[in-house]
Amino acid sequence: MALLEVENLQKRFGGLLAVDDVSFTVKQGLIKAVIGPNGAGKTTLFNLISGALPPTSGRIRYNGDDLGGKKPHSIAALGIARTYQNVKMFAGMTALENVMVGRHVRSRSGFLASMLKMPWTWSEEKEIRKRSVELLDLLGVADVADKEATSLAFGQQRAVEFARALAMEPSLLLLDEPAAGLNIYETAEVGRLIVRIRDLGITVLLVEHDMSLVMDISDEILVLSFGQTIAEGIPAAIQQDPEVIKIYLGE
Amino acid sequence: MTAELFIQYLFAGITYGSMYAIVAIGFNIIYNTTGIINFAQGEFVMLGGMISITLLRFMPLPLAIVLAVGITMAVGALIEIVFIRWLKEPSVLRMVIITIGISILIREAALHIWGESVRSLPYFVGNEITTTGILGARISPQVIWVIGVCTMMVLLLSLFFGTTSVGREMRACAANRTAAILCGINTRNMVTLSFVLSAGIGALAGCVMSPITSTQYDNGTGLAIKGFTVAILGGLGNSGGAVAAGLLLGIIEAFSVSVVPLAFQEAIAIAILLLILFVRPNGLFGSKDLAGLKEF
Repeated sequence: MALLEVENLQKRFGGLLAVDDVSFTVKQGLIKAVIGPNGAGKTTLFNLISGALPPTSGRIRYNGDDLGGKKPHSIAALGIARTYQNVKMFAGMTALENVMVGRHVRSRSGFLASMLKMPWTWSEEKEIRKRSVELLDLLGVADVADKEATSLAFGQQRAVEFARALAMEPSLLLLDEPAAGLNIYETAEVGRLIVRIRDLGITVLLVEHDMSLVMDISDEILVLSFGQTIAEGIPAAIQQDPEVIKIYLGE
Repeated sequence: MTAELFIQYLFAGITYGSMYAIVAIGFNIIYNTTGIINFAQGEFVMLGGMISITLLRFMPLPLAIVLAVGITMAVGALIEIVFIRWLKEPSVLRMVIITIGISILIREAALHIWGESVRSLPYFVGNEITTTGILGARISPQVIWVIGVCTMMVLLLSLFFGTTSVGREMRACAANRTAAILCGINTRNMVTLSFVLSAGIGALAGCVMSPITSTQYDNGTGLAIKGFTVAILGGLGNSGGAVAAGLLLGIIEAFSVSVVPLAFQEAIAIAILLLILFVRPNGLFGSKDLAGLKEF
């Protein structure tokens, strides 16, 4: 079943069609990569899905719900988590606290209960802490849980950011260039993490420039160029596609 | 100076200093979630005092204070919802002018409702001449109330921001708004909440302070300037720094009385503000890197 359906999506910035009539689906439980040269509209596509930008026309359906007109924080609450190209940690908070904030959408107690420190908020708080430590452990950064997040190595911050996104218990995770700024070892590690996330049953849609990473981990690939779909298919087919080779290698 | 006189000045300094610290923390809470300075912060203190004095005619003191704090919090929420919420990425200058406008509006409304007369709440324990002896000096019990309540507020606030999930989300919102939205946090509600919180602590401080300083419709302006000085001195957004800076300013003011005439007391705060803005614009405890990230 398709978790995310994008239909005839279009985004116009003045005279520029950043996303031009793009349609595709993301099936549940798969890793799908969006690739294409710079300016192909990949990040714009992500901004449209996460609600950071409104589309000019077209539809995005998630689990059957139309996302049109929804605010970014409500889209996040529906179960679509997202990371940005540059890591966005909460400065002044520990790695663990960063992940705990991610649990926000899954916690029940409201403002008053939390202020008044009701007994059930204590147990919920404990539960949030326990679950967050587990996530840091899963991503291999439990040992830095109490360090300030912004003081960590870049690769570790990336892992904390993944943990924070997972804390939201998303069913769809949007990763915008997860390997940007990482060295080859860290990139390989991020690749393993993404596969582990998929194996937890979370669908992943990623934008990435590192071709070897994309070919290694993706189940399906969508190729964009100048806002239009050029090809879509499994990695082996994409590698053979003459249109794609033309875009990447020139004629 | 005798030891008794020294203690006397010290307590006076700490009393006024905790007041300034609370106003500065009110500035910081809103600054941290929105990046703006709410110049109407002092008016919350005045409103807390005025409303509780009026309510005292109909109910016992503790209830009047609780209700006054509640009403001021509602005013804080209303201000945010009516004037701030619908603005899309407003410039700093625009926000400064809006909050100054709000402060004038509240002051004029207060003048209209309560007139120019100076009022005050009764002393919580005893009266003007009741004193307790501390280290040989005679201290009014109300001073202990002010220091105690302000300390409690600071402790509760740090517990709130440090250990509750809502507090953590407010800090997240302050640290990185985009990431907070990605975590499903409605940042606009957090901004409203920050106005409610600072209105609440300002109003409570206004109530406990009222017996000592009295309350008048235009109290807020002076307090806002002192509080702003303290917030800058402590490093904008740094609440620990605000407490230290508040006590420092209060104590400097109190001891200045023994050197310069009382009339110059106000000038001291302004002089410190100017000095800090020239010499250390990031405050005594603020870091330059952090300040570089802020817009204001």
